[in-house]
Amino acid sequence: MKRVGVFVCHCGSNIAGTVDCAAVVAAARRIPAVAYAEDNKYTCSEVGQEQIRKAVQTHNLDRVVVAACSPRMHEATFRKTIASVGLNPYMLEIANLREQCSWVHSDRQAATAKAIDLVRLAVAKVLYNKPLFTSTLPVKKRAVVIGGGIAGIQAALDIAEAGHPVTLIERSQSIGGRMAQLDKTFPTLDCSSCILMPRMVDVGAHPMIDLMTYSEVEEVDGFIGNFRVKVRQRAKSVDHSKCTGCGECTEKCPTQVPAEFEAGLGERKAIYTDFPQAVPNKPVIDRDHCRYFLDGKCGICRKVCQADAIDYTQTDRQVEIEAGAIVVATGFDLFDPAKYGEYGGGRYPDVITGLQFERLISASGPTNGEIRRPSDGRVPETIAFIKCVGSRDEAHGVPYCSRVCCMYTAKQAMLVKEHAKDSKVYIFYIDVRAAGKGYEEFYQRAQTDAGATYVRGRVAKIFPRGEKLVLWAEDTLIGKQLELEVDLVVLATGIVAREGAVEFAQKMGISYDGHRFYSEAHPKLRPVDTNVDGIFLAGACQGPKDIPDTVAQASAAAVKVCSIFSKEELETNAMVATVDENICAGCFHCRAVCPSGAIDSKILHAWVAGQDVTRRVATVNSGVCQGCGSCAAACPSGAMNVGGFSNEQILGEVEAL
Amino acid sequence: MERINLTQANTNSALLAKVTRESGQDISACYQCGKCTAGCLMAGAGDGGPRLVMRLLQFGLLDQVLSGKAIWLCAACGICTVRCPREIDVAKVMESLRRMARQTGQRPAEPAVAAFEDLFLTCVSRHGRMHELGVMVAHNIKTGRPFKDADLGQKLFFRGKLRLLPSRVRKVAAVKQLFARTGGGAA
Repeated sequence: MKRVGVFVCHCGSNIAGTVDCAAVVAAARRIPAVAYAEDNKYTCSEVGQEQIRKAVQTHNLDRVVVAACSPRMHEATFRKTIASVGLNPYMLEIANLREQCSWVHSDRQAATAKAIDLVRLAVAKVLYNKPLFTSTLPVKKRAVVIGGGIAGIQAALDIAEAGHPVTLIERSQSIGGRMAQLDKTFPTLDCSSCILMPRMVDVGAHPMIDLMTYSEVEEVDGFIGNFRVKVRQRAKSVDHSKCTGCGECTEKCPTQVPAEFEAGLGERKAIYTDFPQAVPNKPVIDRDHCRYFLDGKCGICRKVCQADAIDYTQTDRQVEIEAGAIVVATGFDLFDPAKYGEYGGGRYPDVITGLQFERLISASGPTNGEIRRPSDGRVPETIAFIKCVGSRDEAHGVPYCSRVCCMYTAKQAMLVKEHAKDSKVYIFYIDVRAAGKGYEEFYQRAQTDAGATYVRGRVAKIFPRGEKLVLWAEDTLIGKQLELEVDLVVLATGIVAREGAVEFAQKMGISYDGHRFYSEAHPKLRPVDTNVDGIFLAGACQGPKDIPDTVAQASAAAVKVCSIFSKEELETNAMVATVDENICAGCFHCRAVCPSGAIDSKILHAWVAGQDVTRRVATVNSGVCQGCGSCAAACPSGAMNVGGFSNEQILGEVEAL
Repeated sequence: MERINLTQANTNSALLAKVTRESGQDISACYQCGKCTAGCLMAGAGDGGPRLVMRLLQFGLLDQVLSGKAIWLCAACGICTVRCPREIDVAKVMESLRRMARQTGQRPAEPAVAAFEDLFLTCVSRHGRMHELGVMVAHNIKTGRPFKDADLGQKLFFRGKLRLLPSRVRKVAAVKQLFARTGGGAA
């Protein structure tokens, strides 16, 4: 005889405020299979769990229903509770009386009736529960970090310092990312390169870090502890084992190409490094622009190379890496202000973006750190900064706040004082967001020390007048329309997700939000986990954030990776699919829908009328199966069952309704 | 400076709800960036632009809006609507407010504008198109300046730019139906 115990949680007033818990207990007691039922103020508390243990022992219960919050919250807790008194942890069902009942209803009577139904369903299901068991799989102790910006660099260094090998994959020629493009950083005004470059050098030299630049991830499969990452290493056309990084080839290359690193304000050669301090500091050939590859002529780089490192015959290579954990740190793109027709839509050369301004004030930038107008090279007397370009704008861009623009604009205003001290700065804002350590003080200094004039109002229109640009705005504090003539306009363009972010997420199997940023597993308690175990997030691929937050998140992701690597073996999921080989017709619909590649085929032999008859059936690799249930839904004969969600269990629930 | 008494602000929620209902626009979505007023061609002529109108509405100061000049000076050009980062159709809000000002019997702060709007719409509802001479003369009489633009009118008349009698579109009935469907006549 099966003996079920039911434990109804009040969750303080979260459930008891809307649901009559005593009535639910009374109703549970009337169900024949229920041997014991009680309610607790907090079932998850130590007292509540002790009640369950005691009841299992005194009433000889062999399965348990806890009617409380979502199973995502405490299923694991209660599994441990019943396991501690000798039950198989899977002899447990949760009736979700909080998220699916009390929180979403206000009518007490109706909510109580629904709660009773939910408990009846859980009891009907638990009657068909069977003990399930886990197995273990070895962990591959190598991490793959995707993206070589400050997030990826920090995560890779932290993991490597803990003694685990790391493969860092970067798409462009050098690591460094966005931070390498910046001149100085808020709120301390320390030089971005000066704090980043040592880290980049550490990555290049670290014995535990395998750096793969000019490479892209093509495919990811497997699961926590055992991922397989396919990487395409694009042909660099330069043999880096021979190249000495002397730079002779770059100097002599006759082809000029707009430099990605200079945000369109400068040029690079067809054989190039992203910037002078690149890591690795050895060039690659951009085959889309190189004359040799376009029309077979030139070949100057090969002629001038003393080390004989130029190799036009190199081809792309596919490399497969086995890794136990992955950190995704793919970064962000900047909003394209060409969508703002009223700001010129990209027609005015002296309307630039914040990133372009960073390159203008950078000592290694196209103007050697002098602020000069792109149109005529003059030093601007008046500069206007416009904030929230693309951000907080449903009509042109995105509704969210990009978090960094208020501070980087304040910083740029300070730097104007350093670089062109006679220039006058106006900053057009809607709200100033300076929440962060030392941020508000920094913003105030932009006004008091740097003398920037803040104007509260969004600019409606920019138009040229002679050599100047005219801005129309309203000063919403006075309530009057105003006009301002300036020489240079800097648009504080917001942060958007990377182009191709969705396709990449689909490759990884991780989820993303409505703005294409990657979703954390829980907004508060699991901020660096994804919905896929073993894949973690770092930096702005998860949402707009500044450098301190990015570094913090990267270190957090590294700790998560290290905690996986602290174990020799990982416990596999017990709730996996199983095949009833007697029923399986071998149609393999299951294999077509399985997202984890967990289904193989095997051949069964049977003697029929004195003959060896073979039959092909499906079989599940329980180490790979994630228990998603797609196969069970696709199986036409009902041969596939997922542990914990068997057809009997589900039908048991349906019958109880 | 006059102090606004927010405690006693006219929080006539029924009227405010009507603005929202008629215009289909969420007044509370406005975050007062001022981009509407910044580009408004008429805001300079009155007592504040569309941003101020939205602010007063958020405070529930509907009377002040309905008795003000802004709603009448609005030329319905729609620049505010196109540029609003919160995707509020500000021009539509203005239109609803003009309607409400009429319905509440409010004397328009810009009577000449209101009179023109009346005459124009009445003319279109009757003939299906504008009759310049008729509207001009009627407007002059209504605003108490019967000989305004008489010189110009004469010149236009002799050059054949002003028709003596109104011409009609072929399907006046259809135009009338259109007016009936949208609540008839002037705003």
